[in-house]
Amino acid sequence: MTDSRQSRGKIEISFAVNGEPKTVRAYPMERLLDVLRQQLQLTGTKEGCGEGECGSCSVLMDGILVNSCLVPILQAEGSRVVTIEGLAAGETLHVLQEAFLECGGAQCGICTPGMILAAFHLLNEKPEPTIAEIKEGLSGNLCRCTGYSQILEAVAEAARRRTAA
Amino acid sequence: MMSSDRIVGKSVPRKEGRDKVTGRSQYVDDMVLPNMLFGATVRSQIPRGRIRKITFGAGIAWDEFVIVSAKDIPGKNCIALIGDDQPCLASEFVNHPEEPILLLAHPERHLLPKAVEAISIEYEPLPAIFTIEESERQAEIIWGEDNVFKTYLIEKGNVDDVWEKAEYIVEGEYSTGAQEQLYIENNGMIAAFDATQGITVWGSLQCPYYIHKALMALCALPAEKVRVVQMETGGAFGGKEEYPSMIAAHAALLAMKSGKPVKIIYDRMEDMTATTKRHPSRTHLRTAVSQDGKILGGEIDFTIDGGAYVTLSPVVLSRGAIHAGGPYYWPNVRIRAKAVATNAPPHGAFRGFGAPQSLFAMERHMDRIAREVGLSPVEIRRRNFLQPGQTTTTEQVVREPINLEKLLDRALELSAYHAKKERFAKENQLGLNRKGMGIAAFLHGAGFTGSGERYLSSVVGVEGCADGSVRVLVSSTEFGQGTKTVLSQIAAEALGLPYENVSMAQPDTLDVPNSGPTVASRTVMVVGKLVQSAALGIRQTLISSHLLPENYSAEEFRTACQQYVAERGQFRSWSRYEAPADIFWDDQKYRGEAYAAFAWAVYIAEVTVDLTTYSVSVDDFVALQEVGKVLHPLLAKGQVIGGIAQGIGFSLYEKVVWQNGRMQNGQMTNYIMPTSSDLPPIRVFFEELGNVYGAYGAKGIGELPMDGPAPAIVNAVADALGVPFDSVPLLPEDIMDGLTAESQERNFASAGGVR
Repeated sequence: MTDSRQSRGKIEISFAVNGEPKTVRAYPMERLLDVLRQQLQLTGTKEGCGEGECGSCSVLMDGILVNSCLVPILQAEGSRVVTIEGLAAGETLHVLQEAFLECGGAQCGICTPGMILAAFHLLNEKPEPTIAEIKEGLSGNLCRCTGYSQILEAVAEAARRRTAA
Repeated sequence: MMSSDRIVGKSVPRKEGRDKVTGRSQYVDDMVLPNMLFGATVRSQIPRGRIRKITFGAGIAWDEFVIVSAKDIPGKNCIALIGDDQPCLASEFVNHPEEPILLLAHPERHLLPKAVEAISIEYEPLPAIFTIEESERQAEIIWGEDNVFKTYLIEKGNVDDVWEKAEYIVEGEYSTGAQEQLYIENNGMIAAFDATQGITVWGSLQCPYYIHKALMALCALPAEKVRVVQMETGGAFGGKEEYPSMIAAHAALLAMKSGKPVKIIYDRMEDMTATTKRHPSRTHLRTAVSQDGKILGGEIDFTIDGGAYVTLSPVVLSRGAIHAGGPYYWPNVRIRAKAVATNAPPHGAFRGFGAPQSLFAMERHMDRIAREVGLSPVEIRRRNFLQPGQTTTTEQVVREPINLEKLLDRALELSAYHAKKERFAKENQLGLNRKGMGIAAFLHGAGFTGSGERYLSSVVGVEGCADGSVRVLVSSTEFGQGTKTVLSQIAAEALGLPYENVSMAQPDTLDVPNSGPTVASRTVMVVGKLVQSAALGIRQTLISSHLLPENYSAEEFRTACQQYVAERGQFRSWSRYEAPADIFWDDQKYRGEAYAAFAWAVYIAEVTVDLTTYSVSVDDFVALQEVGKVLHPLLAKGQVIGGIAQGIGFSLYEKVVWQNGRMQNGQMTNYIMPTSSDLPPIRVFFEELGNVYGAYGAKGIGELPMDGPAPAIVNAVADALGVPFDSVPLLPEDIMDGLTAESQERNFASAGGVR
């Protein structure tokens, strides 16, 4: 297969990922999910269903929580994307990551990145959410392992620590 | 030694937790090899027939594709497991929809779906069967001589004599539907082949050595030329017990033919429609009951739909049959169990493994007996609970000091059962909501059934490493339950070392021994015990080599271990399973010690039924269980809550819609599992009696919580509405139908009708 054939129809997209400027060549309708995972090697973003139902591929785009499996890369032009890789500061975990670890919020781990980003988004909108608001805020992210309780506790705990800090 | 500062019993950090919360964990789809191709599967579109012709359509550059058919299989065309009836690729006949026929590979992942679509297969259709009843009628024989994969007969006492002594004869029939495991990470495998090293596969899987066995037979390769490596696995629940052997086989065939690494990742629909689900079941119970509500004896007919091939059905059937009598004393019983064939994709392992099906029937039936005898659901259970010294249906003596009445009392108290029953009796007279309480009492055997553990003969290793740390070598896999964490705790405890000084080897058949499959709630109890004894072997060796005193510090251990390795090389201690002398099982008569230990539980559900929408909400859920010593409270609680959430899905939401043997709702948009908004507070409590056979007194825990929710919830719905429901999933339309039928019957009766 020749290079020209491979790149025919591809366009150049520039956007910021976890604060770093990135430029990629991709088909306009390629999924943001695939560009993140395959071109940028940010494999923390997971695919669970490919149709926006499970939330495993959740990332933040200009501060809004999106399912990256439903976002054509075309739409990412000029945007600021945050993935799970952008949350910890070096080896220092984000307070949500710490709380997930301590409260048992991660079991198999496959929904965890999306779940943590959904929680991150929730805490940005509502720094002191009630349990009902946490349930609502995470209801777009499916987890088959935990039955959610320990995830809800983790988010509540992270909120407490953030407001205490 | 650090015996005063125990590690077991503490909620230490999950071993691989940091990688999981940072997104660094490597799942199979995160792995990329140079020159890797992507694979896809061409599957049967009909339930049963003969393949006449395969046409490769126009518009596809077929010469760019690697194409594999059954002819390319170097060894035996089967997925070796229990039977050898399931082909890896169908060559002449297909026996279920989605059966694999051809494999394709190409460097560009996105070109594969179009290529799969461009292949048309002409069939000569054969008549197919889709239900247990159709299979039993034998109008079509689709498997063997009678469509029956396996039967068991469990007999105790003399059932034929009990009927005339009975004050009540209570009969009921119960059924459960298929359920999709719905791990959030779809199935996937990567295979690479090279003539000298043989085949290597990396994948999302539960049982490395199942795949190892299947690939040896399929590829005609010796053991040392097959290597299986487990990647981080995003949920399994039994769904990655046997089917990964199929996907590994497919990836291996494409890799052998192309000479390049091949990755196969299923999308959600392929995963849901083509891979295994929980066996649908039908249970018929007929019980003889005394005037005071005691079960005198009875017959239980337990039948499961195995799908088109044997796979694990005999084992699922066995566990279901042994659990069918529940936690009750049966002086006389006859259990007939049968797994039948239908033209659906084979049903397989799913958490609970037959027990959730038969226990649903038993616990619904207890409420039916209560109603007919005129006792409360509490009292009927109290009068029939197994007591220490009595025997189970397989005549296993209950040796544990379990007190089920006490367990029940505590659950009643925790759920405020009596007060709520009283309150609901008043409140249910008014308004458009009906509230109810439901109980499920049950047990779950830990480890392989009967002689299973003896046949497995598992081996584990513990290694003292050159840097003085300790590494546990097992093929037992982590897929969310906490295998790595708890086995590390056990090794650390046995060696008196900090938890941080112990690491887990990646399950890789080149590096780890066969510690058996990660199934059957056996890991902590059986494998854990072996880890404990292998760890003690390391300690003993260092002490007897005079490198370490009897009482040592972690630093002294490190130095001694380093010195041992420096002087003598690799330092590994092995431990092999030996069946306890007092465990006896008769495979012929299906009698004896079915399990080394049972976990026991009483769950209580509180529900509201909305009479406008017929929807059910679970408002409170109390889960009380005796699981031996809890080695990691946070993980144990997480297992129980997660299992109950799956059980609530099984009860109220998750319905597989079948058409001609194919799942029609193979998407997360139309197969509905619970979200965070759907679940009640799930309140988890433990009793800890200990267990002489398990590591530090542990029993199994993983599957138990799947058994209780369906009967507790359906009993609660029946309590709320005063109408029996005997099937799960119980959807609003089923409740509407049930209420309509009931009111018609009532009107008919009040009009003086006879029939």
